[in-house]
Amino acid sequence: MSERLKNFIVPILAVILGMLAGTIIIIATGYNAGQAFYALWDGAFGDIYYTGETIRQVTPYILAGLAVGFAYKTGLFNIGVEGQLIVGWLAAVWVGVAFDLPKVIHLPLAILAAAAAGALWAFIPGYLKARFHVHEVIVTIMLNYVALHITNYFIRYVITDNGDRTPDIPETASLRSPFFENITDYSRLHWGIVVAILCVILMWFILEKTTRGYELRAVGFNQHASEYAGMSVRSNIILSMVISGAFAGLAGSMEALGTFGYAATRSGFTGIGFDGIAVALLGANTPIGIVLAALLLGSLKVGALNMPLEAGVPNELVDIIIALIVFFVAASYMIRILIDRFSKKGVK
Amino acid sequence: MEYIIEMLNIRKEFPGIVANDNITLQLRKGEIHALLGENGAGKSTLMNVLFGLYQPEQGEIRVKGKPVKITNPNIANDLGIGMVHQHFMLVEPFTVTENIILGKEKTVRGKIDLKQAEKEVQEISECYGLAVDPQAKIADISVGMQQRVEILKTLYRGAEILIFDEPTAVLTPQEIQELIQIMKTLIKEGKSIILITHKLKEIMEVCDRVTVIRKGVGIGTVNVNETNPNELASLMVGREVVFKTEKKPAVPKQAVLEIKDLHVKDARGIPAVNGLNLEIRAGEIVGIAGVDGNGQTELLEAITGLRKSENGSILINGKEVKNLPPRKVTESGVGHIPQDRHKHGLVLDFPIGENMVLQTYYRRPYSNGGVLNYKEIYKKANHLIKEFDVRTPSEFTLARALSGGNQQKAIIGREVDRDPDLLIAAQPTRGLDVGAIEFIHKRLIEQRDKGKAVLLLSFELDEIMNVSDLIAVIYEGQIVAVVDPKQTTEQELGLLMAGSKQKEAGE
Repeated sequence: MSERLKNFIVPILAVILGMLAGTIIIIATGYNAGQAFYALWDGAFGDIYYTGETIRQVTPYILAGLAVGFAYKTGLFNIGVEGQLIVGWLAAVWVGVAFDLPKVIHLPLAILAAAAAGALWAFIPGYLKARFHVHEVIVTIMLNYVALHITNYFIRYVITDNGDRTPDIPETASLRSPFFENITDYSRLHWGIVVAILCVILMWFILEKTTRGYELRAVGFNQHASEYAGMSVRSNIILSMVISGAFAGLAGSMEALGTFGYAATRSGFTGIGFDGIAVALLGANTPIGIVLAALLLGSLKVGALNMPLEAGVPNELVDIIIALIVFFVAASYMIRILIDRFSKKGVK
Repeated sequence: MEYIIEMLNIRKEFPGIVANDNITLQLRKGEIHALLGENGAGKSTLMNVLFGLYQPEQGEIRVKGKPVKITNPNIANDLGIGMVHQHFMLVEPFTVTENIILGKEKTVRGKIDLKQAEKEVQEISECYGLAVDPQAKIADISVGMQQRVEILKTLYRGAEILIFDEPTAVLTPQEIQELIQIMKTLIKEGKSIILITHKLKEIMEVCDRVTVIRKGVGIGTVNVNETNPNELASLMVGREVVFKTEKKPAVPKQAVLEIKDLHVKDARGIPAVNGLNLEIRAGEIVGIAGVDGNGQTELLEAITGLRKSENGSILINGKEVKNLPPRKVTESGVGHIPQDRHKHGLVLDFPIGENMVLQTYYRRPYSNGGVLNYKEIYKKANHLIKEFDVRTPSEFTLARALSGGNQQKAIIGREVDRDPDLLIAAQPTRGLDVGAIEFIHKRLIEQRDKGKAVLLLSFELDEIMNVSDLIAVIYEGQIVAVVDPKQTTEQELGLLMAGSKQKEAGE
């Protein structure tokens, strides 16, 4: 079996195995599995409203997946997408509420502010890695907590006076789309999906078509050969983290300017940044794979909301199923061995 | 005479290629049997079939006359077949004994009886003349010693038939002699050996018979005492091979590389190059001869900008390049065939085509305003693949999938094609077969004849003597002598490399 076909089949098998394991758990806990999966499907795509909500959920997943995938392609593991997303969220809202500008300037400015904030937040681990060989996993994990509490501080004491949430952003900075809302029966679907798709193309273009992308990939695969070839390993590591962080910041702006329209103090993480790791892993770090994986994870998340209503299944079970799917993808080595064994038997 | 192992008419196919076609190898008890073939001829495939890693499509394997099916390495082990791998499979922080017993530990109430194991290792090592310290850590012993541990591992597991996969590729000349002694002792103690190699000298020295394969096809088996290196080489390559590289006398012109009083520290901060002086002129090849670890690596890294120099100067075409970044050095007209082609020479996970522009990707016509022009890149790659006879399924094949010789040809093509004034070739033929070596030597001499300066670093004295116009001997970070290869001997060079003064060595 060709390597390419295998790369395609392994995630699909992982999803199927995850669903199977989920079925067993649903049955074991005394619920009706058929009803549960029907409710899941119904909740994600059963109605145009749900479809709109699913696509809305997919939007930040795509961007978070791109952030993890981009860093991974250049040999870095960005666990800090969550933190970069949170600072991006705040930056977008801040620009939204602080300025009074025409929409053509205001909205792009708010989006770019989010990208810049995420990029800056990711620059720190990138620089520390390049300059002092500090492992990026440690720094990014720690910076997630710093981001969480600093943004809370800014919301409470800088943007508002002891408030729990910022004012709503004006229409000039909003991604909301009456057109999308109309055709999806008033779901919260917004223009962000267009931004996300453009970013998918952008990631592919940067990595595969540009001179910079060539360097980034070379550094990711072999730092020694890159140095020998005259590339600057340090600046490529920093740049890779910065671009990754910019994608993460954009993911934050999707929530800020599209779904919510404000930023609120929070006691825990959004989870989108961590789900982005699963998205990138499931999508094998390729742009198209990330879109498909985001679609899967997004529809599971949104569809899950319907499971308690329609089938009486607690939606925690859906989190377990998602976790199992990710587990089977992470264990793809095991699936590869199984495929090899089966295809060998088939030949005989 | 009785055959201990027979591989009869073996055929092994991979998608798209036949790796082994109708190969027969019969090993007699108590002989050293060479398996000779170019890189990529199918030697490793054949041995992996014997070792149970691959299943043959056709053919039969017999051990002591009985047909057997070897479906995994454990069965091979049980049949008494042991493999000494080219790349050692050792746990560095473990001791010699711990490595040898790994997987076969004998325990007393859940605890490993190390004392007993050490005694057993000692006994085996004395029996076969394999002196090792059972308590030494792998990380602390030399490559030659590590290889002995690999041999002991197979013996500890009761191997009767030992397969050596290119065992001398990593050894110094002295260690090679020791290994040859060990192999002879093993035979005396009743073992049988298959030696995979492409070094004809070794075959002539230790082997009884030799089986030749070429491009996956068995050519036949000959008795070593009825053949000669020339015949073996032409059997292996399929045409006449010239050993002594033909070359016109050098016509050196102006100096291209001038190094004065160079000082460089190694990775641990210890001085490795100590006031080194060297000059290479256009139109000549200067070979650097020396025992590994006398500052060669640091010298090359300092010239190419990969390592900072302390003081001194490095001039290329009269311009100072000391401590310039690698790209600036490359752009001042330096080509570099690096010592370690996997570490520095190639991005193994890139297609071979993308590897062909590793230093030029950012320049026109490969890049226009920051966007790559893949049409031009692959046009160049195709041109180099043809001109330098790089055997690859296509320009899109990952560099990893190519054989060592073809990877090296690709690197040489890339470096030569940039038309550098100074070409640095560090161990350019390491691990390659005679056909590829001949090709590479010709290319180096071609560069010289075009008026380029060539710096050749090699640990093979044959190569240094054969290709260089001048030999610079390096010892403890200094060039201690510059000699004319026509007026010196391997003996004299050996003494100079060991640190004796030129006068004494000449006497």
